Amino acid sequence: MTEHLKMDQVQPHLLDETGQGVLSVPMPRPEGPLKVTGRAPYAAEYKAEGMATGVMVRAAITKGTYAVDTASVEDMPGYLGVFTDKMVRNAAQGTMGTNPAQMGDKILYLGQPIAVVVAETFEQARDIAAVLKVDYTEDDDAVCDFDGVSDWPDSDKPDQGDLDQAMSDATFTVDSMYTTKPHNSAAMEPHAALAEWDGDKLTLHGSLQMLGYNRDEVADSLGIDAKNVRLLAPYVGGGFGSKLGMSPDCVGAAVAAKALGRPVRVVLSRNNVFEMIVLRTATRQRLRLAADKDGKLLGLGQENWQSNLPDEPMAEPVDLATHFLYGGENRRYGQHVAILNRPASGSVRAPGEAVGMLALENAMDELAEKSGIDPIELRLRNIPEKHPETGVQYSARSLAEALTEGAKAFGWDKRQKAGTRREGEWYIGMGVASAARTNILMESRANVTLNPDGTALVQTDMTDIGTGTYAILGQIAAEMLGLDPQKVTVELGDTDLPKSSGSGGSWGAASAGSSVFLGAKAIRRKLAERLGCDVEALRLQDGVATGGNNRRPLAELMDAPITEEGHIEPGQTDEDFHQAGYGAHFAEVAVNAVTGEVRVRRMLAAMAAGRILNHQTATSQVWGGQIWGIGTALTEAIEHDPRTGHVVNNDLAEYHVPVNLDVGDLEVMFIDERDDASSPIQAKGIGELGLSGAGAAVTNAIYNACGVRVYDYPATPDRIFPHLP
Amino acid sequence: MQITLTVNGAAREVDIDPRTTLLDVMRHHLDLTGSKKGCDHGQCGACTMLVNGRRINGCLSLAVMHDGDEITTIEGLGDPGNLSPLQAAFVRNDGYQCGYCTPGQIMSAKGMYDEFNKGWPSHVSDDLTAEPNFSTAEIKERMSGNLCRCSAYPGICKAIEESAEEEGLTTRKAAE
Ligand code: FES
Ligand code: FES
Repeated sequence: MTEHLKMDQVQPHLLDETGQGVLSVPMPRPEGPLKVTGRAPYAAEYKAEGMATGVMVRAAITKGTYAVDTASVEDMPGYLGVFTDKMVRNAAQGTMGTNPAQMGDKILYLGQPIAVVVAETFEQARDIAAVLKVDYTEDDDAVCDFDGVSDWPDSDKPDQGDLDQAMSDATFTVDSMYTTKPHNSAAMEPHAALAEWDGDKLTLHGSLQMLGYNRDEVADSLGIDAKNVRLLAPYVGGGFGSKLGMSPDCVGAAVAAKALGRPVRVVLSRNNVFEMIVLRTATRQRLRLAADKDGKLLGLGQENWQSNLPDEPMAEPVDLATHFLYGGENRRYGQHVAILNRPASGSVRAPGEAVGMLALENAMDELAEKSGIDPIELRLRNIPEKHPETGVQYSARSLAEALTEGAKAFGWDKRQKAGTRREGEWYIGMGVASAARTNILMESRANVTLNPDGTALVQTDMTDIGTGTYAILGQIAAEMLGLDPQKVTVELGDTDLPKSSGSGGSWGAASAGSSVFLGAKAIRRKLAERLGCDVEALRLQDGVATGGNNRRPLAELMDAPITEEGHIEPGQTDEDFHQAGYGAHFAEVAVNAVTGEVRVRRMLAAMAAGRILNHQTATSQVWGGQIWGIGTALTEAIEHDPRTGHVVNNDLAEYHVPVNLDVGDLEVMFIDERDDASSPIQAKGIGELGLSGAGAAVTNAIYNACGVRVYDYPATPDRIFPHLP
Repeated sequence: MQITLTVNGAAREVDIDPRTTLLDVMRHHLDLTGSKKGCDHGQCGACTMLVNGRRINGCLSLAVMHDGDEITTIEGLGDPGNLSPLQAAFVRNDGYQCGYCTPGQIMSAKGMYDEFNKGWPSHVSDDLTAEPNFSTAEIKERMSGNLCRCSAYPGICKAIEESAEEEGLTTRKAAE
């Protein structure tokens, strides 16, 4: 049976009535022992009988056509083949469900996958790929840099009111240009695929976030029926958007395996990951704020310039949070996407907010400085009653609480005027930024099975990319069924299991969690019937059912397992309420008065994301956001060669993700909240919320420390040092 | 080429292509996939293992350079049902998310304890000849060769601090 819920109406808080007490509390991940002993298998670690190894070949020119000269390598030891058929230009975009561009012999960027070389061993394949002769014909009309764009396409975003007028009426205005460099997800596990055919049927172990969509993408790229594709990804070594869409290694492995009649494994090199997988676009952003004498916004504007390859169905939604975070009658947006010959742009953790909130929250800091209003007070004054563009009401929105309670916990009252706090050769300062991330519920299904022995099984094709899915789905089932979570087994990452939302857009926990909730709810109804009580009166605790005047262990109520499918779909509450997670980030930094080097001493995040399903894994998600905030603020920048688009720093030595010593003390607090509109479990996404605004808190703290405003990210010493007092 | 390695206490003979890294011998030839490959260039630390007691990046070393050496990988520390103190502390403190950098973090911390015990200074040590302080800053500095993109650093540091004594750290702890 399927328990289906379309989220058309606010649902009761059933999870506040159940009495097992295993939800929300911190609970170590059940798969932890496998991870810390190296026994959790990731995609590249599966084996198949007779497996060969493939290595991707990348385009060495920016634009043109190519032909591989197979004869140049045929005699090399271990050689099995070079395959170019069906090669995809780059990874698919999230939730695309169709093939990424397949270009034949055309090259549109340097680093594009053009072939897969297959040999008996990795060492052989790597060397063959290195010497494979490729004949190129180069075009001379590549455009690789913003400065080379002659015609920026117009934006079709409508204005609201008249921002120019508001700017001239305003007492205080901000009109600033910000720039951000491209970012790479840099998940620690490089993408990998092991493809094995059995007749027409393909089984592929992949490093993927959204198996349901990925299956369609693989099938469409290969020109086969999705029914013939099974994807497996029980463990994924981080995603952050880079594994939302199927990656080129999947197609390379599948094509080669089919041609050779044996399993083929392809693992992307770290350089490949920086080129063949989507990057976050560079942005230019113009921020305008117009405020009256009390700091109330009369209008705001956020226009952006960015780039992508042709025909990519994705643009960085830079202004996503700006639409609903603050009030102001007059609003202008603009989005201009140029076509550049650089690797494809796509989702990297918190697409939109990760860079859009840097600029917006820096501009708010500028406004606070100009108007002499405390940055927290300024934000509180501008929290709108209704959505300022659609007039729709908000669901749970604890932004004010996050700002005020966070400020108290952080010691915001000790913040001094900019440039006035000094310790030895260090300027010290504090900064704040709001956090906001649109909340999304996605269709999702899961099977829940309760066994007479008091164990349970949860099954869905959902992934755990480090996000805590194994833990929280087990906790939800355990809470609903009155079991110790240790008695619940969670099976994930297999397209033979019911199709889930997948991991992306921070929707996984609430969407997949709701499907498990619904499946378990159906089981509760069955148990109530058997016990002879109303389901409202049913209590399940520690394997015992109580209701009416009856009390029976589960084993007495069941002689066979009960399996129910839960199926959640978004509905009317999505229209009736504007849903988002909110929060506030605080940072204290030290800026070296001699070198301009920045150290983040401590950060605090006050987060409101509805019901928190596991305080420990949620805290880890927010730590991740805070640290990514440090990276975006201070170190992360892809440098493209302006002549060729080449990712110059295409490895982990030159693309600087934060390391342990870059990170000061981190504190995370959650504002207790239920979001009734979000889902039947009242939870919202947290993983991207933790990043939204985090970097801006750091750069605002830099300003407070030393009076230098960062307009061009990241705030490396060379961007601070020349402006120091 | 024929070489013999002592891996997690057992002698293992392998016949390998001389281009094979120590990491790939583990992952491709000995079915020990606990050591991870994040970059293959000595940039991430995911492949950290102990060679004759010292931590190294397995991806930066050719296996043929290690004939006769004693190697400890993550599989040599504990089993899922019988975790070493440090492994248990990683689970308790959520010192990971995706788990991909985790074996490297744990092996690196093992090597680091020993470096403390031997009195090795680091970049953040105030006095290069004094016994190093087991402080948070020292741990962070010495663990900065192990990237964690999930950014579990707070949990990683906590796990390392919590299990230090059980793991045999003899260096004094910093007066906080
Ligand atoms: S894989 Fe060896 S350091 Fe990254
Ligand atoms: S746990 Fe994912 S990279 Fe460290």
